Amino acid sequence: MNVTRREFLAISGAVGAGLALSSLGIDLGPAKAYADEVRIDKVKSAKQSTTICPYCGVGCGIICYTDTKAGNIINTEGDPDHPINEGSLCAKGSALYQISSNNPDRLKKVLYRAPGSDKWEEKSWDWALAEIAKRVKKTRDQYFIEKNGKGQEVNRVEAIAHIGSAALDNEECWPVQAMMRALGLVYVEHQARI
Amino acid sequence: MTNHWIDLKNSDCILIMGSNAAANHPISMKWVTKAKENGGKVISVDPRFTQTSAIADFYTALRSGTDIAFLGGMIKYILDNKKYHEDYVVNYTNASFIVGDKYDFSDGLFSGYDPKKRAYDKSLWSFKVDSKGIPEKDAKLANPRSVLQLLKKHYSRYTPEKVSEITGTPVEDLKTAYEMYASTGTKDRAGTIMYAMGWTQHTVGVQNIRAMSIIQLLLGNIGLPGGGVNALRGESNVQGSTDQAILFHIWPGYLKASVASLPTLDEYNKKFTPKVADPLAANWWQNYPKYSVSLLKSFFGDTATKENGFGYSWLPKLDDGQNCSWLNLFDSMYDGKIKGFFAWGQNPACSGANSNKVRKALGKLEWLVNVNIFDNETGSFWKGPGEDPKAIKTEVFMLPCAASVEKEGSIINSGRWNQWRYKACDPPGDAKPDGDIMIELMHEIKELYKKEGGKFPTPILNLKWDYVNDKGEFDAHKMAKELNGYFLADVEVQGQKFKKGDLVPSFAFLQADGTTSSANWLYCNSYTGKGNMMARRNKPDPTGLGLFSEWAWCWPVNRRVLYNRASVDLDGNPWNPKRPLIKWDGKAWVGDVPDGGWPPMSDKEKTKYPFIMKPEGFGYLFGPGLNDGPFPEHYEPLECPVPENAMSKQFINPTVKIFGGEMDKHFTCDPRYPIVGTTYRVTEHWQTGIMTRWQPWLIEAQPQVFVEMSEELAKLRGITNGEMVKVSSARGEVQCVAMVTTRFRPFKLGKLTVHQVGVPWCFGWVTPKEGGESANLLTPTVGDPNTMIPESKAFMVNVEKLKGGA
Repeated sequence: MNVTRREFLAISGAVGAGLALSSLGIDLGPAKAYADEVRIDKVKSAKQSTTICPYCGVGCGIICYTDTKAGNIINTEGDPDHPINEGSLCAKGSALYQISSNNPDRLKKVLYRAPGSDKWEEKSWDWALAEIAKRVKKTRDQYFIEKNGKGQEVNRVEAIAHIGSAALDNEECWPVQAMMRALGLVYVEHQARI
Repeated sequence: MTNHWIDLKNSDCILIMGSNAAANHPISMKWVTKAKENGGKVISVDPRFTQTSAIADFYTALRSGTDIAFLGGMIKYILDNKKYHEDYVVNYTNASFIVGDKYDFSDGLFSGYDPKKRAYDKSLWSFKVDSKGIPEKDAKLANPRSVLQLLKKHYSRYTPEKVSEITGTPVEDLKTAYEMYASTGTKDRAGTIMYAMGWTQHTVGVQNIRAMSIIQLLLGNIGLPGGGVNALRGESNVQGSTDQAILFHIWPGYLKASVASLPTLDEYNKKFTPKVADPLAANWWQNYPKYSVSLLKSFFGDTATKENGFGYSWLPKLDDGQNCSWLNLFDSMYDGKIKGFFAWGQNPACSGANSNKVRKALGKLEWLVNVNIFDNETGSFWKGPGEDPKAIKTEVFMLPCAASVEKEGSIINSGRWNQWRYKACDPPGDAKPDGDIMIELMHEIKELYKKEGGKFPTPILNLKWDYVNDKGEFDAHKMAKELNGYFLADVEVQGQKFKKGDLVPSFAFLQADGTTSSANWLYCNSYTGKGNMMARRNKPDPTGLGLFSEWAWCWPVNRRVLYNRASVDLDGNPWNPKRPLIKWDGKAWVGDVPDGGWPPMSDKEKTKYPFIMKPEGFGYLFGPGLNDGPFPEHYEPLECPVPENAMSKQFINPTVKIFGGEMDKHFTCDPRYPIVGTTYRVTEHWQTGIMTRWQPWLIEAQPQVFVEMSEELAKLRGITNGEMVKVSSARGEVQCVAMVTTRFRPFKLGKLTVHQVGVPWCFGWVTPKEGGESANLLTPTVGDPNTMIPESKAFMVNVEKLKGGA
C-alpha cells in the first residue's frame, strides 16, 4: 500500500496507537499514554510546518508541530516526504525540539558588559543598537583609509572586523556582507575559512 | 558537491577519505548503504577506524597529513596499469595539452620559486599556444611535454614502498585500495569521493582535493551520476554563506573582490573577464560584466548609474595581494590593530585554530558585538579561565537572535539544493531574527551619517536597504527576490519582452548595462515569475537516478549534477546507458538541466567543450592556477613526527605563510611533543558545540572532552581507559578523559613507529561545567597557501597522566 504522510497520520490517528503497539508483546501502557497525549496535541491544536535541519550540510527535512494557542513547538520529527532523509534523523536533528523556546538557557535579553566589569547588565534593543551604531561610526571615522601607501584610492576600514555566519539564512548572509562592505570593511570572514 | 546526496546511491565505488561521514553526516549513509545494496563498494581511509570504516568493504589507515602521498600512489597505479578512461581523458581533460618550456619540477620545487617571497612565478607554468592563442595538443598523449606524460613523470616517484614509508599504510593495503577504486575507470562504472575537513584543514588542503580531482578526471568520473568530487559541508548553510561571499576575497557569486590597481569598473571587468581564442570554448566567465553590474545594482539600487560606474568605487578595495583571511584577521586583532568586532553566529574562542591566541586577541578590542542564541566562549571571554575581568577593557554587546525554526528563509545544502524553511514559532524573550538586527542596526548607522556626516558616507547612504515588509520587519521573500534579480526597465532580451519589475527568469538574461539587478547571479532562477522555486515539494523522478528536480531548487539553474555533459560520449549518449543522466535526442538534451544546451561534441561546429567554467573548456589534470604548484606534491605538515620529507628535500609546503608571533610557536620532531594530534567531531555535537552543549539530551549522550589513543600508546604512557590525562602542544593544553581503543594503531614509517591521538573540538568552558575545553587550544596558526584554512588536522602533541587526578 502506498500511503502518503497525511493519509498515514489520518490512519494512525483513526486506529489508535494500541493496535500497532500491542503486537510487540510488551506492556506499552505508559508509552501509549504519552503517544496518545502527543497525538491529541498534534491533531487538535498543532500547526505543522516544515523546516530543514540547522546542523550539517545534508539538509534533512523536519516537521515542526506548533501549539497554536501557546505558540511554542511541542514536537519535531523527521519529514517522511523529504527525499534525502525520508523521515530519518541523526541524534542532533532528533533533538531539534530542544533548540527553541523549550530550552530555558536560550539568550532572551540584550546583555551589555562594560569595560573592566565582571557582570552582564540587561539592556533594551533601542539602547544597544544606538550604542553599537555610535561605536561603529566613531571607529570607522577614526581609522578610515582613503588611500594606500601607493596613493591609490581604497576607501576601506581595517579597524573593524566581522565574522559569521554559515548558520544564517541566505537572505541574511547577503545583507550582512552588504552592510559590512558598505561600511568599508575588508576583514569579513566566516566558518567557510576554517 | 558536484553531485548531491541521493546521487551517492548511483556509485560503484565510494572512497570516503578525510571524512567520517557516518558520524558527521549521518543521513548520507542512507545513500551509501543504497550504493552497497546496488553492488557498490565502499573504501574508508582514515587515521582512525571510525563509524564510517565500520560499514566499509575495505578500511586502511594513514598518518594524518599524508593524503597526497596516498593519492599520488593511486595516480601512478592508474597510469602504469592504464586504468584510465582514455576517450574521456583525451576529449574532456587537458591531458593532451603541451606545457610551455619554462615549467619544470625538481626535488620538491616547481620552477619559478622565490624563497624570499615564499611564492612562485606562476606564469612559468602556462600552456604552449599556437599562433591563434589556442593550446597546442597531442591527442596521442605521447609528447613528453604533454600533460599526461608530465603527470606520469611527476608521480613515477610515488611507488607503493615510498608511499607506505610516508603514510604508514601497508603496501598490500595500498594495492587493494588502488585496485578497487581504479576499477571505476571503465566507461560503465562510476566512482565518487566523500571528503570533508579531514582534507581541507592541512597546509596542503587544496592540493589534497586537486589530487583526487586528477584521479576523478583520469577515471572519467566527473559529470557522471555516482561520480564527481563531493565535499561534505559541515554547516547547514555554509554553501550559501560562501555563495553570498562572507569572505574577504570574493563578492557574491564568486566574483572577485576589487583591488587598488583596478580603480574603475571597466578595468575591473576587463581584468576578470577571460578572453579565449578557441571558438569551441564556452568560456562562461565571459559573462562576468553582466554579473558584476547586476550585483552593483542590487547593492546600490537607483543610485548606481552608468555614469558613476554603478557605484563600483564605493566598495572597499584591498591592496593587491592583501590577505584579510581568518588567521590574518586574528593576528591583526592580537596586534591591537582591530578595535571593533562583530562575531555574528560564530564562536571563534573555540573554533579558531590556536584559540588561546584568539581569546587574548578579543581582550585587545575596544568593542565586541556577539550575536548568538546561547551564551558562548566568545561573548563571555572576559570571564573565561585565567582571565581577570578588571583588566579587560573590551565592551561587549551580546545580542539574542532567533533560531532557525523561529524565522523564514532559505538554506542551501552540500548538494547545492536550496530549500525554504518556514517559521514555526516566535523567538523567546527579546530575541530577534538576525535579519531584523541587521536592518535596524544599519538603519541606525545610516541615520547617524545622515545627521552628522562623517568619512565617505556615500556607500552607507546609498546602500539599498528596503528588505522590509509594511510593518518594517525584515522580509525574507523580498531579499530572496533580490538575490534572484529584477528587470529594472522594459526590455527585450533574446527575443523575449520583459517589464520593469519582472523577476529575471535565469542568469542567461542578466545584462551589463544596468537594466537588471541580481544580488547573486548563481541564485538567478531561484525565485521567478513562477514563484518561490526553493519551496517546491514535488517528487517526480523520471530518470530513476534520484535527481528530484522539482524538489526545492539548486544552483546553477536547477542543474543537479555539474559538468554533466562529460557524462556522455561524443555523440551525446551516456557512457553508461543504464544511468542516463542526460542524453542527446538529436535535437535537444533530455534529463538533467545540461551544462549548456549546445549539441554533443561530434557536432564540431556548434558544440562547446563540457568543462564550461574553465577558460579552455577542459578538466584540469595540470592546474597552473594554484599558489603551490600545478601538480599536488607531498610535503610534511608544519608540525610532523619525521626528521625529513621522504619524497624530496623540501620539508614543508614552500609557499605557506609562517606566523612568527609570540603565540605562534610550533615544533617539529621535538621530543617534548612526539605524538601526532588531530581533531574531529562527534555525532551529538555540532562544531564548537555552542548549539548542542545547551541541550540536555545531547549533552547527556556526549558530556565531556576525551582523547582517543591506541592501547599501545596507553601502555607506553601507563594510562588506563577512563582516567584524566593532559594533552599538550606548543600552544596550549586540554585535560581530557583517556579513551583507549583499538581504533587507533601505531604507524610504522620505515624503521620509525609513530603514534597518533585525536581530540574532539566541540567542548568549551561555558557549559557544561565539567565538560572540558576545545581541542583548538592545541592547533597551530598556519594555513593552506591558497585558502588559508588552518592546519587543524595534523600537529604534534604530548599525552601525560594527570598527576593527582582530575
